[in-house]
Amino acid sequence: MQEFLQLVLSGIATGGIYASLALALVLIYNAMGLVNFAQGEMAMLATFVGYALITRGMSFWIAFPVTLVLAFGGGIVIQRVVIKPVEKAPVLTLVIITLGLATLVNGLAGFIWGYLPRTFPSPFSSDSVDLGGVFVSYRDVGVIAVTGVVLLCVYLLLQHTTVGLTLRAAAHHPEASRLLGVHVSWMLALGWGLASAVGAVSGMMVAPVLFLEPNMMQTIIIYAFAAAVLGGIESPLGAVVGGLIVGVTINLAGAYLPGVGGDLQLAVGLAIIIVVLILKPNGLFGQAAVRRV
Amino acid sequence: MSRIRTAPPRYWLVALAVIFFFGLPTVMSSYLASEWSQALILAVAIMGLNILVGYSGQLSLGHGAFMALGAYTSAILVHRYKMDFLVTIPIAAVFTGLVGFLFGVPALRLSPLYLALATFALAVVTPSLIKRPDKLTGGVQGILVVQPDPPQVAGNAYSAVTGTVMTSDQWIYYVVLFCALILFWLAWNLARHRPGRAMRAIRDGEVAAAASGINVAGYKTLAFGISAFYAGTAGSLFALSTGFVSPDTFPVSLSIQLLVGAVVGGLASIPGPVLGAIVAYFLPIASSQWVPSQTWLPDQVTSTVKNAGPAVSYGAILILIMMFAPNGIVGLVKAGYTVLNRRLRGVSDPKSGQMPSDPETV
Repeated sequence: MQEFLQLVLSGIATGGIYASLALALVLIYNAMGLVNFAQGEMAMLATFVGYALITRGMSFWIAFPVTLVLAFGGGIVIQRVVIKPVEKAPVLTLVIITLGLATLVNGLAGFIWGYLPRTFPSPFSSDSVDLGGVFVSYRDVGVIAVTGVVLLCVYLLLQHTTVGLTLRAAAHHPEASRLLGVHVSWMLALGWGLASAVGAVSGMMVAPVLFLEPNMMQTIIIYAFAAAVLGGIESPLGAVVGGLIVGVTINLAGAYLPGVGGDLQLAVGLAIIIVVLILKPNGLFGQAAVRRV
Repeated sequence: MSRIRTAPPRYWLVALAVIFFFGLPTVMSSYLASEWSQALILAVAIMGLNILVGYSGQLSLGHGAFMALGAYTSAILVHRYKMDFLVTIPIAAVFTGLVGFLFGVPALRLSPLYLALATFALAVVTPSLIKRPDKLTGGVQGILVVQPDPPQVAGNAYSAVTGTVMTSDQWIYYVVLFCALILFWLAWNLARHRPGRAMRAIRDGEVAAAASGINVAGYKTLAFGISAFYAGTAGSLFALSTGFVSPDTFPVSLSIQLLVGAVVGGLASIPGPVLGAIVAYFLPIASSQWVPSQTWLPDQVTSTVKNAGPAVSYGAILILIMMFAPNGIVGLVKAGYTVLNRRLRGVSDPKSGQMPSDPETV
């Protein structure tokens, strides 16, 4: 039982990491009906920027917000330069472009920082705390706290500020928003910036656990896909719940299912994606799409 | 005779291309021949992807997985059951095609975006899925495939023409070329006839196609099956030509390489995959050979460029082609040919109906 609880708790911690990346995917999906295949690589690049700041002597807690701001700016630049010229293109074209972006960013990071794995400093101590017989590491608690705060901030921003309202309006009814004086195109850019910053959180949190290298996010993005699909790809709440479920499921499957462990945990992610898409394509929180033909 | 004289220019191009590919190994080293057979194998796989993406409009980012299936089918049959490699090629192709057909059934329910997502996940998971049944697949070590010697007849014919002894690389090149010719001929026929028209109709408007009596579900799964058949053949030939399969020969980047080839050459065209394969195969090789030869660059720069070069160039090419030339090389050539034809023969622009300016003054 103790072992079970411990696995669940550490699953929630990794689940929070998947949840932030999944939330980033959902933000962009809501803004333009597109799954951003480059989300993980953008987060990886932001993490490398954070690493560069930290190795220049900055403390983690200053480097963290600075990285998020830089990631926000980077997201806006990417939207303006790469995505805006092809906004109206068919979705297949856009998917291929984001895939190209993922490959390009991966190569650039390899070009600048090389492919040797590096250790990323963790802001939390690796000790454990005894919570009534269940040992929880400070690292897990810290990751849960940080991702929780970030997700709460995003929720408050989207639901309780004017910017959030215009952002949602521009995504749902671009024409009507434009008539009301909303700069729709810039709102999309803002959405990309926000998604990029939220994704960067997952990169900064996962880097101390994995080693930092250009292919670090390749597995994380699959879990984030699974989380977003499970929660319903247009639902921010779904992304968070989906992320937590995926994190816990994968931890438990790795421990209790014979033969699943190491590499094959990734296959559990694939299995979740396929099962959800076939049985309940709208996910847990998504609404069935109604199409007029 | 008059039929030959009046044949449209594309027939001459096809004849030229076939002669070019037949003559190639006789004028180059055995090593280069094996590189060109790799490029041709890539062309076959890209043709398969092209049938799926270009003609039927379903995006797969996981075609490397089908190649892996074909390659391992052949390798296991040769290694464990001591079958002749040439016999295993059609077996691997048909088996992969069947799996692809079955894969196409659940894929029908998915929107294009979800299909891209699921196939991408499949591509990422493939290497670890292969590693697991290590009794069958040899695990991380992979399987060695013995490359066959050229048969007597082919060897003699080759010696009679060139005066040198045929190496096994050159024999494999001709096996690959033979398969590629058949598969491209089939694809050409498919594209021109009922299935090709039906697939294009579905791509351009599913509802309209269904209303015209096209069996949408049937043709979409068929496209998946045919596409996997091509990828399986390519995978099997890949195992033959490299003489070795391991989980790391089928990374995600292979699937991306296939997509780059399909997009660069031009989707929904027959010559596109050949051109795309040549670019996608030789570009990283050329760039990783050119950069280290520049002695003025420091060592560290050259070694990083060697590693990161393919990813950077693939990414940049994907983005630029999709932005500025969505129909790839073939689209550019066609557009150029139309403009040229208009200038030279004074044909009006079909879109605007405007006559060209006087050719003398251009």
